[in-house]
Amino acid sequence: MFSIVRTLWDVFLHSFQRRVTRQYPEQPAYLPPRWRGRIVLSRDPDGGERCVACYLCAIACPVDCIALQATEDSNGRRYPEFFRINFSRCIFCGYCEDACPTYAIQLTPDFEMSEYKRQNLVYEKEDLLISGTGKYPGYNFWRVAGVQIDGKDKGQSEREEPPTDLRQLLP
Amino acid sequence: MISPHPIAALIGILIVVLSIASGLIWIERRLLALWQDRYGPNRVGPFGLFQVLADTIKLLAKEDWIPPFADKPVFIIAPAIIMVTVLMSFAVLPVAPGIIISDLSVALLFFLAMSSLGVYSIVLAGWASDNKYSLLGGLRAAAQMLSYEVFMGLSLMGIVLLAGSFSLTDIVHAQQRIWFIVPQFLGFLLFLVAGLAETRRLPFDLPEAESELVAGFHSEYSGMKFGMFFVGEYLGITLISAMITILFFGGWMGPVLPPIVWFLIKTFFFLGLFILIRASLPRPRFDQLMAWAWKLMLPLALANLLVTGAVLLAFYR
Repeated sequence: MFSIVRTLWDVFLHSFQRRVTRQYPEQPAYLPPRWRGRIVLSRDPDGGERCVACYLCAIACPVDCIALQATEDSNGRRYPEFFRINFSRCIFCGYCEDACPTYAIQLTPDFEMSEYKRQNLVYEKEDLLISGTGKYPGYNFWRVAGVQIDGKDKGQSEREEPPTDLRQLLP
Repeated sequence: MISPHPIAALIGILIVVLSIASGLIWIERRLLALWQDRYGPNRVGPFGLFQVLADTIKLLAKEDWIPPFADKPVFIIAPAIIMVTVLMSFAVLPVAPGIIISDLSVALLFFLAMSSLGVYSIVLAGWASDNKYSLLGGLRAAAQMLSYEVFMGLSLMGIVLLAGSFSLTDIVHAQQRIWFIVPQFLGFLLFLVAGLAETRRLPFDLPEAESELVAGFHSEYSGMKFGMFFVGEYLGITLISAMITILFFGGWMGPVLPPIVWFLIKTFFFLGLFILIRASLPRPRFDQLMAWAWKLMLPLALANLLVTGAVLLAFYR
C-alpha cells in the first residue's frame, strides 16, 4: 500500500524533470563532420570538376547505385558526361568516398532528403555538384597529377621533376 | 423533481461532457508524456490541441470493418450501449445549484444501475466478435465488473447513511459542514479502486490487456465503432471523477469562485489522478484482481458500513 503511494509520488515528481525529447526540426541534431550522409561531387579550388570519371566509385558501390559515363573535354581533362546516384538504393556506406582517387565524391553531414516521389531520389550531376571543395580545401588533382592536359605539360605539376630524357645515358 | 431548465442543462452538459471526454485524449497523452519526460502531441495546433480533431478525422476516414464471422446486429449495437449508459448517468449529476438535468431522488442508485449496465457493452462486444481474445476480454470484464460492482455500491452506503438520502443534490448539501472524505476516508479509497475497475482503466484494464489479449473486447473493432469505445472509456473516467467530487469532496462547494468552477477544478483534479495512476501502476494478475475484490475490498466495505452505522446509531440518534 505504501509502495503504491510512493510510486505515485515518484512518478508525479517527473513533472519537474527535464524532458529528454529533442524537438527535431526546430532543434537540429548535431551531426559530426564525418557523418555519412548525402553524397556530393566537389570541385577544385579553381572551380573545375574534380571527378575524372574513373568508375572506381561505381565499382566499389555494393548496391550499384552510381551510374556515370566518362568523356573528355577539349583540354584533355576526363570528366563524367552524366553522373547519377540513385539515393533510394544508396546505403551510405561511404565506399565510394574511400575509392575515389581525386577526393571528388564525398559524403556530407546531411540526411534531410525525403521526397514524396521515389523518382525524385535519383540525383543527377547538377544536383550532386557543389560549388566548393568539401572536406579537402587545398587539393587540386590536375595540379598534382602527372597527366598532360592543355596548359600543363609533363613535368609542370607541383613537386614534379622534369621528365627524364630517355635517350640520355647521364643521370 | 425537475430542474429549472432541463433542456438547457441537457444541451449544455452534453456538449461540455463530450468535449471534456474527447479533450481528455489529448490531456492524457500530454500528461503521460510529462511523467515520462517526453512532450506528447504538440504539433497540431497550439500545444497540439487539435490532435483530437486530427484523430477523429483519421478514425472517420478509416474503413469500418465488420468481420464476416461476427454477429452483426450485436456487434453494431455494443459500442452504442456504453455511450448511452454512461451519458445517462450524467443526467443525474448536480453540477451546480440549478444545473442538473433530472434531480432524481434515487440518483445514486440510478448511477450504480447505469454503470452496471455498461458492462453489457463489453460482454456483448466480446461475444459478437467471435474471436477468442475478444471473448476472453469480455469474460474478464464480466467477472471484474460484477465483483467490483458489489463493493462499489457498499462503499457508498456509508455516505447514504450520513446524508440520509440517495439524492445526489441532498448528498452535496449534507457536506455543507464537512466533506465526506473525512468521515468516509475508507469509503473514498474503496470507491476510487472500484471506479478504476468500473472504467477498466489501468491498472485494471484486464478486459483490454493489450500485452495479453491484443486489444481484448475491441480487437475486431475499427473506425468510429472503436472510437465509441474509446470515447466511452473517457466518458466513464469523467463520470467517476465527477461522482468522487460530488460524493466525497463537496461537489460544487467552495469559497470565492462560482460553484461550477469549483466543480470543474475538483473533477479535473481527479481526472489527473486517474491519469497519474495509469502512468504509475502495473497491471495485476487476474486472480490477484479477483482475490482483492472478494477477500480484501468487500470485507473492508462491509466493515466501513458497519462502523459508520454503529457510530451514527450511538452518537447521532
